[in-house]
Amino acid sequence: MTAVTLHRRYRLPADRTTVAGVAVLAVLVAVAILAPVVAPHDPLAIDFSAALSGPSADHLLGADQSGRDVLSRLIFGARAGLLGPLLVVTLSTVAGTLLGVLAAWTGGVADAVLSRAMDFVFAFPALLLAISLVAMFGPGLTAPVVAMSIAYTPYVGRLARGVALREMSRPYIHAYRVQGWSGWVICLRHLVPNVVPLILAQSAINFGYALMDLAALSFLGFGTQPPVPDWGAMINEGASALLQGAMLPALVPGAAVVVTVVAFSIVGEGIADRVSGRER
Amino acid sequence: MLQINDLTVRLAPGQAARPILDAVSLRVAQGEAVGLVGESGSGKSVTCRAVLGLLPRQTAVSGRVLVDGQDVLSQTAAGLRDLRRRRVAMIFQDPRASINPVRRIGDFVTEGLRAGGLPYRQALDRAEGLLEAVGIEDPRAALRRHPHEFSGGMLQRVMIAGALAAEPDLLLADEPTTALDVTTQAEVIAILSHLRTERGMGMLFVTHDLELAAAICDRIYVMYAGRIVEEQATGELFARPRHPYTAGLLAATPRLESHEPPHGVPGRPLSLAESPDGCAFAARCHLAVERCRERRPVLETLEHAQVACLRAGEPVHD
Amino acid sequence: MTENVLEVEGLRKAFGGKTAVDGVSFSLRAGGSLAVVGESGSGKTTTARMLVGLEIPDAGRIGVEGRDRSRVPRGRRARLARAREIQMVFQDPYLSLDPRISVSECVEESLRLHFAMDRQARQARRDELLERVGLGEREAAALPRRLSGGQRQRVAIARALATEPKVLILDEATSALDVSIQAQILDLLARIRRTLDIAYLFITHDLALVRHAADDIVVLYRGKVVEAGPTEQVLAAPQHPYTRLLLHSVPRPGWDPVQIAADRRALQEIM
Repeated sequence: MTAVTLHRRYRLPADRTTVAGVAVLAVLVAVAILAPVVAPHDPLAIDFSAALSGPSADHLLGADQSGRDVLSRLIFGARAGLLGPLLVVTLSTVAGTLLGVLAAWTGGVADAVLSRAMDFVFAFPALLLAISLVAMFGPGLTAPVVAMSIAYTPYVGRLARGVALREMSRPYIHAYRVQGWSGWVICLRHLVPNVVPLILAQSAINFGYALMDLAALSFLGFGTQPPVPDWGAMINEGASALLQGAMLPALVPGAAVVVTVVAFSIVGEGIADRVSGRER
Repeated sequence: MLQINDLTVRLAPGQAARPILDAVSLRVAQGEAVGLVGESGSGKSVTCRAVLGLLPRQTAVSGRVLVDGQDVLSQTAAGLRDLRRRRVAMIFQDPRASINPVRRIGDFVTEGLRAGGLPYRQALDRAEGLLEAVGIEDPRAALRRHPHEFSGGMLQRVMIAGALAAEPDLLLADEPTTALDVTTQAEVIAILSHLRTERGMGMLFVTHDLELAAAICDRIYVMYAGRIVEEQATGELFARPRHPYTAGLLAATPRLESHEPPHGVPGRPLSLAESPDGCAFAARCHLAVERCRERRPVLETLEHAQVACLRAGEPVHD
Repeated sequence: MTENVLEVEGLRKAFGGKTAVDGVSFSLRAGGSLAVVGESGSGKTTTARMLVGLEIPDAGRIGVEGRDRSRVPRGRRARLARAREIQMVFQDPYLSLDPRISVSECVEESLRLHFAMDRQARQARRDELLERVGLGEREAAALPRRLSGGQRQRVAIARALATEPKVLILDEATSALDVSIQAQILDLLARIRRTLDIAYLFITHDLALVRHAADDIVVLYRGKVVEAGPTEQVLAAPQHPYTRLLLHSVPRPGWDPVQIAADRRALQEIM
């Protein structure tokens, strides 16, 4: 029996929910990348004659107050909707893993300092941070992304530290020391690669949260600026349409946020299960 | 007292090639101590838990588990509760994982008594007596303490006290001393054997350690890959093992009193993904012949023993 | 008189005011085998960790062929030299290999670190080591999670042998394995010692195992050596009450709980 057939034989049956989550995300990413191709209209094209019209053959999900096509705005909105969280998750994962593993590996005073620093950031309200950064950088994607990256780093950092400490107590790490490897090599070659999969699982879940937080900031007017389509901003703009009896302009981006967040959570859980199933 | 007939437990097809338990039959008479010995994955713990109706999820189960003539597997939830509360008690491997850490020792020991309708005061008095019986100093004070204030050995004694509280007829012990130090193990086993004999309880003692089983059991079943391969009274089993696997286990166990160094059994135990046509032990057996790999042996009576080996009747064993 | 490869003198280690190891001394003959026996809290594991440099002793001396190794090594050269003196096999086969590293890579890594040899020579040496511990090509290509506990412990032994150590510490290396597998590993270790110039230090609680695996024995109790000597002699006529208690506690047919209780009382009287 070769290693490959062994692998197949023992592999757990893929969890259907996870597969569905991955499929949803794949569609989302494809749509975001191919937005100009798949969107039926220009998301910025104003057509007052169609304002607040319900679903029709021309506007599948209706049009907003300015008569812009909701579906097209939704499709283009996926770009900012996914790019923002992607940046946040990438930055916070890298920074958090570095800080967490460093704290665990060095221990002692350095650990105490790093852990307290992370606690401090943790305790600082993320929204306040975002608003002050907007004051510094001006509105747009930069300030919210930087703010959220900073705010998310301690979450990742704490997890990374915890996982690293657990791995470090395992004899394989001791065995490498006894073999004569230097601390740095052990840390980078053996500790980090065993810590990262669990962090990535958490980061996938964080992706959903970051998307929600960024949408909230856009909703409040601190994020992506109009007329660039963004789900959070769309919900905001759609709020007044709600009063005029048109549900879709607010409901559609809201549903998109929920579906995406849930999909990321499912995928994150799926990765976590996979990783822990592989543990022993 | 306890009778298991043809108990078969299998996972969903595709998840495992062979059943976890394959037609396991065993019995424990009133007041008898019976050992169930096997290595990891042999199914000994699953068998033991089945007596309390605790079977792994998503498994197909057939066969019967009778306690005092009543079938456990067809019991209702209330019936199972009653069974666990009054007639069968179990001691687990890791006491620290099996006792609720935030509750007091007194609550743990009296739990079953109070559920059985005994008033709290009286239950406490009984618990005090039980803790004294398992050798815990100052039992009155111990009742008020929490599990983390006890060592593993002391906690296992508490667990024994809790198991005895309901005065069960049958005690199930699943590797009760594996997590303990040798000298502590000796003490805990001494207490367990003493109380068991005194109260005339039957016991099914599950262990991977043949020597330990021999020290306290009257009769021993040996399991391999989900099947019982041999059953004999302890003395005879050691003097004349009938199954090559039992003989292999005996030869593999390092012994204080013997000059003979331990010899390993070649190969490794069967995983759930493997299901040979013939005898499950054939691949590791130095006595295996062609038909061992083709035909599956069944448990047969041979003088005072039961053996599942095609060559058991031949003189090759001696 | 054969030379001692390992000499330990007055080893002491405390953790936060609690003395774990208290003046432990022993020596190990070149190519010999010694068992350090004790239960949890006896200090046997801390002793092993100091020998391999995972803990630094508060006091005492550890010498291998006369070279001291009780302080932190200075620099890469010293660190590697020490790794070629003592190696260790850990208790838990499921956690002592990096789950991401294949068996052959696990052994090769070590060879690459310690010896300057070309790829071909390294692979030949790797195959030789794996063959010595009874692992074939199929196991070599596998990740640890595809292997059984016994096979993993063989990998750990091959990895340890890769540095060509003078002393191999076996820290309860067989206690997590099934009996039939434990005996295989003991067989294997005995065979290796017959062909290589290597000494074993068994860290264990199992006297029956010691009986068959070690020439000499050191009994630890609460961080102190309470008895030491040739295994046969100590097991035949134990002098210290703790050794007697330990001996009588080993389960076997005809095992006597009354004797054990008496031993414990005797121990309490003198401690």
